[in-house]
Amino acid sequence: MIKNNLKNRKKIDSIFKVASKIITWSSLVVLAVLLYHVSITGISKLSLDFLNNFPSRFPHKAGIKSALSGSIWMLTFVTLISVPIGVLSAIYLEEYSKKNRITRFVEINIANLAGVPSIVYGILGLAIFVRFFQLDRSVLAGSFTMSLLILPVIIISSREAIRAVPKSIRLGAYAVGATKYQTIRHHVIPIALPGILTGVILSMSRAIGETAPLIMIGALTYVAFVPETVMDPFTTLPIQVFNWASRPQAAFHEVAAAGIIILLIVLLFMNAIAIFLRNYSNKKYDF
Amino acid sequence: MILKTKNLNLFYGSTKAINNCNINIEKNKVTAIIGPSGCGKSTLLRSMNRMNDFIDSFSIKGEILFDEKNIYDSKIDATELRKSIGMVFQKPNPFPKSIYENIIWGPKINGFEGDKDKLVEESLKDAGLWDEVKNRLNDSALSLSGGQQQRLCIARAIAMKPNIILMDEPCSALDPKSTAIIETLIKKLRKNYTILIVTHNMQQAARVSDFTLFLYEGEVIEFGDTEHLFRNPKNKQTEDYITGRFG
Amino acid sequence: MKLIFKRKSKLKEIFFEKIFALCSYLSILTTVLIIYILATESFQFFKQIPITDFLFGTHWEPLLEPKSFGVLPLLFGTLLIVIGSALISIPLGLIIAIYLSQYASSKARRIIKPILEILAGIPTVVYGYFALTFITPIIRIIFPDAEIFNALSGSIVVGIMILPMVASLCDDALQAVPKSLKQGGYALGTTSFEVIKGILIPSAFSGIISSFVLAVSRAFGETMAVTLAAGATPRFTINPLESIQTMTAYIVQVSLGDTPQGGIEYQTIFAVAGLLFIVTLMMNLFSNYIMHKYREVYD
Repeated sequence: MIKNNLKNRKKIDSIFKVASKIITWSSLVVLAVLLYHVSITGISKLSLDFLNNFPSRFPHKAGIKSALSGSIWMLTFVTLISVPIGVLSAIYLEEYSKKNRITRFVEINIANLAGVPSIVYGILGLAIFVRFFQLDRSVLAGSFTMSLLILPVIIISSREAIRAVPKSIRLGAYAVGATKYQTIRHHVIPIALPGILTGVILSMSRAIGETAPLIMIGALTYVAFVPETVMDPFTTLPIQVFNWASRPQAAFHEVAAAGIIILLIVLLFMNAIAIFLRNYSNKKYDF
Repeated sequence: MILKTKNLNLFYGSTKAINNCNINIEKNKVTAIIGPSGCGKSTLLRSMNRMNDFIDSFSIKGEILFDEKNIYDSKIDATELRKSIGMVFQKPNPFPKSIYENIIWGPKINGFEGDKDKLVEESLKDAGLWDEVKNRLNDSALSLSGGQQQRLCIARAIAMKPNIILMDEPCSALDPKSTAIIETLIKKLRKNYTILIVTHNMQQAARVSDFTLFLYEGEVIEFGDTEHLFRNPKNKQTEDYITGRFG
Repeated sequence: MKLIFKRKSKLKEIFFEKIFALCSYLSILTTVLIIYILATESFQFFKQIPITDFLFGTHWEPLLEPKSFGVLPLLFGTLLIVIGSALISIPLGLIIAIYLSQYASSKARRIIKPILEILAGIPTVVYGYFALTFITPIIRIIFPDAEIFNALSGSIVVGIMILPMVASLCDDALQAVPKSLKQGGYALGTTSFEVIKGILIPSAFSGIISSFVLAVSRAFGETMAVTLAAGATPRFTINPLESIQTMTAYIVQVSLGDTPQGGIEYQTIFAVAGLLFIVTLMMNLFSNYIMHKYREVYD
């Protein structure tokens, strides 16, 4: 005999449904609270002067010119270093490597590197780039360090994009006598490109927001100038924010909030591009 | 005799997919390979232009001779081989490029230096697609219907002027009308090309092919003249299969 | 009629393959270098300080005389953050994932997923600032004896930080459960909740656990938010309202100071980072292992 407890069971179901809905949406409210809190604290400090001034002992004179330009310098070199290496690695792992022990080892290794705490990369950068190669606390040392940090992320996301290219396209190319390289160069890469770019942009935004590794290589110093060569010392947006936020005076907290607003605007802009690219790639080549 | 297998055994890992296959494929004829799913039809077909090379666990014993040369010889380059033995796949797989680019890409990357427009036009005409697309050669190939896409893939194979075209269930993803068009096309292409076609559709094999090969669990059960094979199958299993008792 | 082709250069093919391979081996070099550096510098450290003193000592005072090098206070500080953040992010993350994969309309998904991504993309230093200037004041209203820097604030903010990661990884795991399994459940006349409890979660179990482990590992290595919010007082405590210091925050503290290179104080950061690396590596390997096992089931 089946007991008819459906009513009761349905009640549990709908309670759970409502509860999970409330929990989900209220977790998202955190974002709104965070944005609101930062905005009302920092908005008053936001001005053209803020963008044009160098850091200062006085909160009302402090600006982010050196930090903003440092971030841009670093991002440029991180892109130049990590994107080619990352994408080529992904191509190798996805298209060339045989499914053997070595490949498996490389894959596990990359997955683990993606989970290594960023501060450990900072220590690596300190020992290798700052000291061994004597790059000092330069833009170049920071860029190399940050490149190693985001390489696993670029490799993993690029592999996903490459894997999403239908196998039939590759076979079609081979069937007309194309070599592997030609197939990859003319078909796989163009089709995977939007997906690869999405991953690249997301890892770039990670690089822009990372702080700890740069602190390790000594980028937290008073830098009141814009870097002119790759060997110049530099500071970046999140480091400047950290610097201001860790001071006890409330006035500096306002400056920090203003810095955060700029940082978030940059990130939001990058995220928007990534989302746009992903939607674009989802629509095309859907077969 | 253009293609020949000698004591051919094909494996995936330790599983045998084809057992001791000895067949001769006649030049400028259509040979159909039939059999229930999983009998090794596609495996056999794909081994003929070394498309199985992309499967790590695949291995081969015995020989496949193309123009009396073993295509699995270490001196043979699989890429070069595929210029002479083209392929059309189960599902239309045009490149996400223009119709024109789809045709010319193969010859182009292989260093073709002749009249491209002419080659495209010829290939599309041979595939019976020219009249439908001649005014929109720069449109994306993905804008074509499924049947048109498959004919484009045939044109793409033809553009390389291969000796043999392998077709792996080319109509299985198409509607009856497109299927009929492609069947007519296959019969016409026989004049210039040798065609091997895998099909799960026995009527199709009977309609388009000169010779039929019946495979069952990796074994060649019967191979011979299509009309003969369908009218008086020598083997009980063949008879059961073509009369629809199993498969 | 045959087309005439130029021969292709085989050399070019091989050249490109080698270049690509070289790039992918760079990742192994990175790992080797990390291990080499941490090992050699830690070795110098352990030549002077017995490893048992380091691992089991309950007092961490490497910068002031009399020096002592017991890592337990840092480890406990880290664990306090890890446990606190896990208590927030794991249940909430799982519930969000269930809501997303089971109840949410596709329109709601389209709104929630990007928001989660944005949350996941906010730099940790911003979360640190948020903890310090927003969460801590609220905590100090509720618990007036809480210190300005306290573990609770750090835990909450790290929990918020890793929440999107748990949610989207669990969502992936739930989405990977074949539809046919779910439909099989519904065909027996079960409710959504029963399908979730009886079919979805058990089927996606290893994926879910793997995401939890990954999140914990992430919290373990988190640096900026805890440096800003949880303090710089290595204390052997389990009171979340006190100021503590995590392993990562200690490393930052040393690198911000004027500690001379090559001294024992300086070597401590390599020993601490070594421990951090080993612990997170184990967790990542474990997570990867169960994730991999589970992938095979439904492929």
